[in-house]
Amino acid sequence: MRLPCPLCGERDRREFYYQGHATMLDRPARDAGIDAWDDYLHNRDNIAGEVEDLWHHEAGCGAWIKVTRNTVTHEVSGAKLVNGARK
Amino acid sequence: MRVAGKGLNAHGAPVTFTFDGTTFEGREGDTLAAALLANDVRLVGRSFKYHRPRGILTAGSEEPNALVTMGTDAAQDPNIRATTQEIYDGLAARSQNAWPSLNRDVMAVNDLLSPFLSAGFYYKTFMWPKSFWEKVYEPIIRRAAGLGALSGATNEDTYEKAFAHCDVLIIGAGPAGLMAALTAARSGADVILADEDSQMGGRLLAETYDVDGQAGADWAAGIVEDLRGMANVRLMTRTTVTGAYDQGTYGALELVNHHRTPNAAVPRECFWRIVAKRSILCAGALERPIAFPNNDRPGIMTAGAVRTYLNRWGVAPGKSVTVFANNDDAHRTAVDLVDAGVTVAGVIDSRADAPQFGDYPVFKSGLVIATKGRLCLESITVQHSGGTRDIRTDCLAMSGGWNPTVHLTCHMNGRPTWDDYILSFVPTDGSIPGMSVAGAASGVFSTHGCLESGIKIAREVVLELGLTAGDIDMPSADDSAYRIEPLWQVEGKGRKWLDFQNDVHVKDINLAAQENFRSVEHMKRYTTQGMATDQGKNSNVSALAVLADATGRGIPETGTTTFRPPYVPVSIGAMGAGAQGHGFAPERHMTSHHATLDRGAPMIEAGLWYRPSYFPKTGETTWLESCNREVNMVRNTVGICDVSTLGKIDIQGPDAAAFLDFVYCNTFLTLKENRVRYGLMLREDGYVMDDGTTARLGPNQYVMTTTTAAAGQVMKHLDWVSQALRPDLDVRFGSVTEQWAQFAVAGPKSRDLLNSILDQGIDGESWPFMACGDVQISGVAGRLFRISFSGEHAYEIAVPSRYGASLFRQLCAQAEAMGGGVYGMEALNVLRIEKGFITHSEIHGRVNAADIGFGRMVSQKKDCIGNTASQRPDVVGGEREQLVGLKPIDPKGKLTAGAHLFVDGADAVRVNDQGYVTSVCYSPTLGHDLALGFLLDGHNRHGETVQLVDHLRGVETVCEVCHPVFLDPDNTRAKETSNG
Amino acid sequence: MVKLIANTPCGDLLPRAIGTVSLDEVIVDQITFVAPFNGQQKAVSDALKAAIGIGFPAPNRCIGTGPRAMWCGMGQALVMGASCPDLAAQCVDQSDAWAIVKVHGVDAAAVLARLTPLDLRASEFKRGHTARTLIGHMTGGITRSGAQSFEVMVMRSMAATLVHELTQAAENMHGRETSLR
Repeated sequence: MRLPCPLCGERDRREFYYQGHATMLDRPARDAGIDAWDDYLHNRDNIAGEVEDLWHHEAGCGAWIKVTRNTVTHEVSGAKLVNGARK
Repeated sequence: MRVAGKGLNAHGAPVTFTFDGTTFEGREGDTLAAALLANDVRLVGRSFKYHRPRGILTAGSEEPNALVTMGTDAAQDPNIRATTQEIYDGLAARSQNAWPSLNRDVMAVNDLLSPFLSAGFYYKTFMWPKSFWEKVYEPIIRRAAGLGALSGATNEDTYEKAFAHCDVLIIGAGPAGLMAALTAARSGADVILADEDSQMGGRLLAETYDVDGQAGADWAAGIVEDLRGMANVRLMTRTTVTGAYDQGTYGALELVNHHRTPNAAVPRECFWRIVAKRSILCAGALERPIAFPNNDRPGIMTAGAVRTYLNRWGVAPGKSVTVFANNDDAHRTAVDLVDAGVTVAGVIDSRADAPQFGDYPVFKSGLVIATKGRLCLESITVQHSGGTRDIRTDCLAMSGGWNPTVHLTCHMNGRPTWDDYILSFVPTDGSIPGMSVAGAASGVFSTHGCLESGIKIAREVVLELGLTAGDIDMPSADDSAYRIEPLWQVEGKGRKWLDFQNDVHVKDINLAAQENFRSVEHMKRYTTQGMATDQGKNSNVSALAVLADATGRGIPETGTTTFRPPYVPVSIGAMGAGAQGHGFAPERHMTSHHATLDRGAPMIEAGLWYRPSYFPKTGETTWLESCNREVNMVRNTVGICDVSTLGKIDIQGPDAAAFLDFVYCNTFLTLKENRVRYGLMLREDGYVMDDGTTARLGPNQYVMTTTTAAAGQVMKHLDWVSQALRPDLDVRFGSVTEQWAQFAVAGPKSRDLLNSILDQGIDGESWPFMACGDVQISGVAGRLFRISFSGEHAYEIAVPSRYGASLFRQLCAQAEAMGGGVYGMEALNVLRIEKGFITHSEIHGRVNAADIGFGRMVSQKKDCIGNTASQRPDVVGGEREQLVGLKPIDPKGKLTAGAHLFVDGADAVRVNDQGYVTSVCYSPTLGHDLALGFLLDGHNRHGETVQLVDHLRGVETVCEVCHPVFLDPDNTRAKETSNG
Repeated sequence: MVKLIANTPCGDLLPRAIGTVSLDEVIVDQITFVAPFNGQQKAVSDALKAAIGIGFPAPNRCIGTGPRAMWCGMGQALVMGASCPDLAAQCVDQSDAWAIVKVHGVDAAAVLARLTPLDLRASEFKRGHTARTLIGHMTGGITRSGAQSFEVMVMRSMAATLVHELTQAAENMHGRETSLR
């Protein structure tokens, strides 16, 4: 498996750490309430099809990236830096 | 026997080898199978279940029968296919699954019992009593059935793994693969051409076809030479592509040194990961046997294999050969044999309109209905349009047609498509993204068709890569039609074998269908068809056809089983290459590593780091003696310990403090320059992630310390927070763990020691507890932190790593001169338990700040990671297990880590469980065992008595629950400020 | 009076020559980790150029031959072989943090292909290219310094493992070649 790091180019999967669904980017406000936090922390859809998930290029540039990936076909259709400002 | 003048290696040098202890001579270039047949050795093994005599069936990696063991002791390597193993001087092969000998195998009695040993026999028979499953039945069955054995000794052979990258990977170097490679290479693509054979050319090496007016093998050699001369082509022989994986990654096994005398300096095998933008599968086709009664006697082979032995190695597998087929292709075997002067006793062709291509008898509408010969084929019974007759023959070449090698196209869940013209499955387009299929693998069987398809597919591929397709002349070659009629099984008395390796015959498939294992996947598991090391390469399509017939369905509706990687067996040694011994994981060595080893300290692993357990002194016989001495030394004089393994992260920027306040639950904004503060880091779910001290070195500069084990995790977390959650904060951080060698100097004499090595002395006033700052040691800029993980008056001194070894030796010498010395992890652990300091034994991922008594550290004046979740009612209220200290009521009482806690007098069973012990030590300071642990509502139970029970070690000790800080609760030692 | 003696990360483990490949420790006296603050990348690059003649490197690039600037991660570079000027960036001394080994020889790329999943083909990974990647099980950097030369860097504490892995890979390559008939 290979992932397209926006900074380093296409790299072997073993360079990356897998985090999980991109939901993690949408951190609720401190006072958003217990349900919002429960969803954020624990509840995930188990999608058969296109998903956006987070990977850390741990053995590479250190960037956190958001990868668009199909869980059925395994196609990887894109990846973006979660913070595009730095190169 | 050899046929004079035949074979590509006709002039090969003689090679001497042994089989089952007998010495034979073969020729350079022979496979073991070819050399055995040249010496008229036909019986090469016994079958898996019935121990039936078996001979060589094929001439390739699909071989199910001719499996041998090579090497002895630790180098013993079982299940090597004689059909691919090249011979070399001194090669020694042994047959498998036979005792006392291949000719007289005692277990052959199984074959007589076969009416009772049908598919599912084991499941149905060995059911009761249940207690016999593992102790009686399984060992007996395992001994009776099976192939080669491992030695059980550690394998010392060298294996290798490697990565390769290319534009186009071409899998298989037959006519299609060679043309595809030439086309892609001439178009400028970076090409890897991999073939499992030692020589490229595929079927062209085994046939008498001409290509472009040259012998096929010569033509192939010419193309290979052209390719070898191109810088953008990499040729990989003896390399089988074993799997197709996501995003153009392929696995491949290269047999680097199987064909030569074993040599520890040369890797035996290399497992490749090949990354290719595109791939072209040119893996050819595999011939299938026909299921007729007793079709498994040695001497019965596939027709294509007979041709291969004759044409490639100049070996006639019999003196009087017969051919049994349902297709035109098999007639070539008869033609080639006749041309070579070998007797062809007849071609039995199941078709009424069977053709005649040469001077040999043809039996139209012919079927082989019986065979005779105990250890080798002697005669066959043929039923044909003219009646029934027996034919004396010692080799029967059979062909039920050819199956395209679709396996790799199915590795990502693709299913092949049935083709009525060739009566087999062909790959389904797009099964593997980026993979195209050419030649026989795509169902194109003529040489002309293969060459043409190689060119055509490669042109498509290079155009898709944005290259201009190079011009390739189409070589002239045979373009005969492939003519075949269905023939899946022949009625008659005797077992009609399908899976030769797992001893599965037609009746087994019928039984599966009868017992309602009608799905092909169920049939497979019920009968074990296709589950041996050949993975059904010889039997799958035929078995499906039989199942389709038995269940009244068509073959396409019956479907196929799933082909999974690897295509051929891959040794674990190759998969794990380089990971033995020091290669298992990186070893991180502190700068004090050599000095530590010099002092005889046993090392323990802490993450990847190697840290000293203790430093034994002459006369000390146990680790505990050394540990107790080291603890006392720190408590009374001074001790040195390398603490460089702790993660150190330099954090800078205008928003550095705000960033720290977001990742730590407590506050750092208020930390003064040149001061250190303890910090607690939570996960977003409110549980503790890590802890450590952070020093403020300047207005916008901090150095964070993490625990040794969590350094990587914390860095990843900081990256996450900075990039994903708080990109608004202007802060940067980088690891300085490796930059600094850092040593704890702990004990009442620590300041005295430091003052003997610092260029400028320090005192208690200017360096109070939790101070930090720059210092100089013989002109080298270092850092000093007055922090303590022992509870003593202590410091950590850091110098750039290049000076670490030197400073360590001098600190130790100085400490020893003062009556102290160096201490290891065991003493460090005792010192911290006595003080109730936590480690990841305590913050093990299921505790929150309140559980460890730090609830008030979670500042509610600001947001931070884990703030909201740590305030959830169920974790702040409710009954939780909380950190406590435990000491035995009887000072001799033993405490153990991992023990559980119970109310005194309660049954020590799960429902009564009140908590557990995380850390234990013997405290030489207090004279008894100490423990840290978690107890239900523990903070309110100090002074109570609980029962510690360790069922594993048989320990039961009554303990007093106490505050987790056992020693100096006011921290007066660490805070010492005298200037004396 | 103490006297501190400096040691190099690889110490007496190097140099080594195995087959066509030589392994030599690369000593860089000064390495500064530079991470420009928000919006300061151009200013940092200009300041670097003015001070040492090379700017802040683009991702996956290593520039300069005397003093060098080697990209080493998102928004991060190492300034090597020169003292780093004051910059609108986090500047941290990492002079002692890295073990750097030069792998040189006909088989240099083949040796590294036994250890890294990185595509090292000359068409893809040219002189002046650098990458953060895996070397065996270690995280590190690989920089092409010539047609047959690479610099491999890992954390200092892993120097022994780096030498072990490179040696093993080079011995395997050497074994293959000497056994060719």
